[in-house]
Amino acid sequence: MDLGFTTAVYVVAAILFILSLGGLSGQESAKRAVWYGIVGMGLAVLATVIGPGAGLWQLTAILIAIGGLIGYQLASKVEMTQMPELVAGMHALVGLAAVFVGFNAHFELANVLTMDDTTKKALEGFAALLAKKSGAEINILRVEASLGIWIGAVTFTGSVIAYGKLSGKVTSAATKLPGGHLLNATAAMSSLACLGWYLSSGALLPLVILTILALFIGYHLIMGIGGADMPVVVSMLNSYSGWAAAAIGFSLGNDLLIVVGALVGSSGAILSYIMCKAMNRSFVSVILGGFGGTAGPQMEVEGEQIAIDADGVAAALEDAESIVIIPGYGMAVAQAQQNVAELTRRLRAKGKTVRFAIHPVAGRLPGHMNVLLAEAKVPYDIVLEMDEINDDFPSTDVAIVIGSNDIVNPAAQDDPNSPIAGMPVLECWKAKQVFVSKRGQGTGYSGIENPLFFKENTRMFYGDAKASLDQLLVVISGH
Amino acid sequence: MHNGIDKMIIGAPKEIAADEKRVAMTPDSASQLQKLGYNCLVQSGAGLHAGFSDAAYEEAGVKIAKTAEELWKTADIISKVRPPEADEVKFLKKGKLLISFFYPAQNTDQMALIAKQDANVIAMDMVPRISRAQKMDALSSMANIAGYRSVIEAGNNFGRFFTGQITAAGKVPPAKVLVVGAGVAGLAAIGTATSLGAITLAFDVRPEVAEQIESMGAEFVYLDFEETQQDGAATGGYAAPSSPEFREKQLEKFRELAPEIDIVITTALIPGRDAPKLWLADMVADMKPGSVIVDLAAERGGNCDLTVPNEKIITDNGVTIVGYTDFPSRMAAQSSTLYSTNIRHMMADLTPKKDGQIVHNMEDDVIRGATATFDGSVTFPPPPPKVQAIAAKPKEKIPERTAEEIRADEIAAFKQTTKNQVMLLTIGGAALLAVGAYAPASFMQHFIVFVLSVFVGFQVIWNVSHSLHTPLMAITNAISSIIILGAILQIGSSSFLVTVLAGISIFFAGINIFGGFLVTRRMLAMFQKS
Repeated sequence: MDLGFTTAVYVVAAILFILSLGGLSGQESAKRAVWYGIVGMGLAVLATVIGPGAGLWQLTAILIAIGGLIGYQLASKVEMTQMPELVAGMHALVGLAAVFVGFNAHFELANVLTMDDTTKKALEGFAALLAKKSGAEINILRVEASLGIWIGAVTFTGSVIAYGKLSGKVTSAATKLPGGHLLNATAAMSSLACLGWYLSSGALLPLVILTILALFIGYHLIMGIGGADMPVVVSMLNSYSGWAAAAIGFSLGNDLLIVVGALVGSSGAILSYIMCKAMNRSFVSVILGGFGGTAGPQMEVEGEQIAIDADGVAAALEDAESIVIIPGYGMAVAQAQQNVAELTRRLRAKGKTVRFAIHPVAGRLPGHMNVLLAEAKVPYDIVLEMDEINDDFPSTDVAIVIGSNDIVNPAAQDDPNSPIAGMPVLECWKAKQVFVSKRGQGTGYSGIENPLFFKENTRMFYGDAKASLDQLLVVISGH
Repeated sequence: MHNGIDKMIIGAPKEIAADEKRVAMTPDSASQLQKLGYNCLVQSGAGLHAGFSDAAYEEAGVKIAKTAEELWKTADIISKVRPPEADEVKFLKKGKLLISFFYPAQNTDQMALIAKQDANVIAMDMVPRISRAQKMDALSSMANIAGYRSVIEAGNNFGRFFTGQITAAGKVPPAKVLVVGAGVAGLAAIGTATSLGAITLAFDVRPEVAEQIESMGAEFVYLDFEETQQDGAATGGYAAPSSPEFREKQLEKFRELAPEIDIVITTALIPGRDAPKLWLADMVADMKPGSVIVDLAAERGGNCDLTVPNEKIITDNGVTIVGYTDFPSRMAAQSSTLYSTNIRHMMADLTPKKDGQIVHNMEDDVIRGATATFDGSVTFPPPPPKVQAIAAKPKEKIPERTAEEIRADEIAAFKQTTKNQVMLLTIGGAALLAVGAYAPASFMQHFIVFVLSVFVGFQVIWNVSHSLHTPLMAITNAISSIIILGAILQIGSSSFLVTVLAGISIFFAGINIFGGFLVTRRMLAMFQKS
């Protein structure tokens, strides 16, 4: 096949990818959109394999098949609650692939440069492309390849750490090596120096050092970010993997790689921005790690936490007419979404208004709660965003907080010295009664005391979310 | 008087007012009160007229007191419907708590006496109208019943169908009902009348209730009157007296309507005043024979000139005027159920620990507002509630802006946007030029593609709905495995190392393609409408 055909297919694929991302604006069109993405990817791979410059198509097909089988297995077995880990883990693979492809560009270039003119003419594929490059173009190619490698390496270690933090294999607290930001800055400067060295020498060594530095930055950067900020991190890494693909696209002169890489890169960046805005945090301070310093002593929390048992909660629910459920990461951890859905069904069958209030950063991924609730077949038209439901709390009889903490923390509004001051929160304490399902008396992911638990109209329903809801379902069905 | 484990006793006596059929405790509410830790007591026969036998109470774990005296003496808390009479007040000794309708404004002498006897009184009619207290708003519960019953009562005295019918025996016109005053009772009456098929009109001096009236299926009677009318929300949700001019307009409208209306239900009350006269004698005279007027304000003098409280009269021109004042009592089973639930909610607020012990918290807006006497002193009237009242939002009138102003604003906004965009374009363009000046043409071709793609990405992603962010992330993750193209282009290399690395990359990307898309599909398949 000639280049014209391949390019034509690339155009179709690029349009399909754009439609695919745009289609996610609505629940219904999203189902179609994912098919656009699949077809786009299929066309792109097919066109590249049969197009000019590719070789060993049998090997390619076998590798894709094996990889695909593993991917299929992983994705069909994963629990919805482990979604964040899976996405983070798969980012790591993309990052590593980008590193390899970048190195390949270097090796190929080094090979080509050693050849004489006659050999060069006999070359085909990628090597032929390289052979035609002039001096300036070669330098640009080197910058692009290094950039691809660098971003890919940061993405790789960053995603591995994010995966570890999300799956609980690495401590979720923000930890930094002594030196902190200075260490990152030094590593970044050294990377730049290596780039200069590489441009002037064209040797492998500076590229390897650059890669190691980038791997370190990825590791250290994400280790320094607390678990509560992981949604932003995952989306940020998502963006990185896109930019890496785009950089590689430049070095390979492949427009589709550039287009798709840029799409993924910008979408991830915007998603991170939207999430930071939802938390009222500056993007820079999030990616540099940890919460900002506090300006003064935090307010003392007065009062005591009053516990309640399942019977008490059930009685209140029987009386209530409007109920708002606020799910959080605790629900995901306890795998309690099915029980929540069942509770919702029973309460709705009794003619009560049950709605869900979802904070933009509830869970460990944006929209994490929506996905879990959807999995449990909670109708999405009763699942509302913070802005849609916050004004309704004063007319709500019962608010049930299931495994969320910081997103319902009134200190964000009341205490200017709180680390989360100014972050928009769900004002569930304005409901007539609040039940908090929680494992124990500990603090949330951010380690901040929550005055909500001490409020007069709050009752604590201690225990694992799933077990608690089980008890509750027994009582409620008994009526 | 406490029993062994220190639980307080809550008792409901038989109402002694003539024709009062309601009771302040039902077997259901008693079992709920027991959950709050109280022991319950009821006077023998108290619930009989409301359809609750002594046996039913006993089954719910309620003790029966043989006489009123025994009940009043044994109970720590007495829940009642009507305000206490002299015979009952004498039992209110120190430490007792009375919960009932009390009308403290009209009942000052008794209130002073009870305060002197050092008993506490919570007046159910004084519960502030804030959303938190809706569950104890007994006035609304009773008004709801009165509104319903008023339509039933009207139907009982009206010789025709409510709904229009065309039958083999001829055409029946629908009844025309006018409801004056769209409070809880008025709205309930509207709902009942429309569901029976009548054409329903409704009037209220508070223009903000037009929406509620229309939501119940009635037509709001608008007056042609220009005056900033007082906002009901400012007076705790009740209507305030209107200006003489407004009143004139209103009566004029009623006069115009009177000949064509079959049933008039008046519910207009102003707190602390006699009921306003809205349906005058001449309007009654204009009505067709057989028409019915139900005056829910009869107890306070009536909205109609001719109303005789507690009686049903027929005028010379054949119009029936119903002046009953005991509509809730006429539906004793329903009203007792609702009222006792209101009381139970009040008790729940008074018993934060659910241990059968009253905590009379005078810091609580609701409890403070309803308390008429406390600790030996009269605490009526209460201070205004800290929480601002009422669900109905005052309609803020946006000052009308002239067309020029709007246009000027639009132009200014347009200019600002243009300025921002031009600025961004200039900076972006300059940056592009700077790159273009140094980079070779082959690079620039790709660079254009890159910049446009970033731009498209930004445009497309802004619209993605929040709940789909996780699927978006999964799909972009899947799409980012486009890096496989690079590896495919390199795998055919003559260098073994390159082939191996490219192979690994293809393998990884393969995992990601299939995994990513499958996970996205799984997620999206789960989203469903109810």
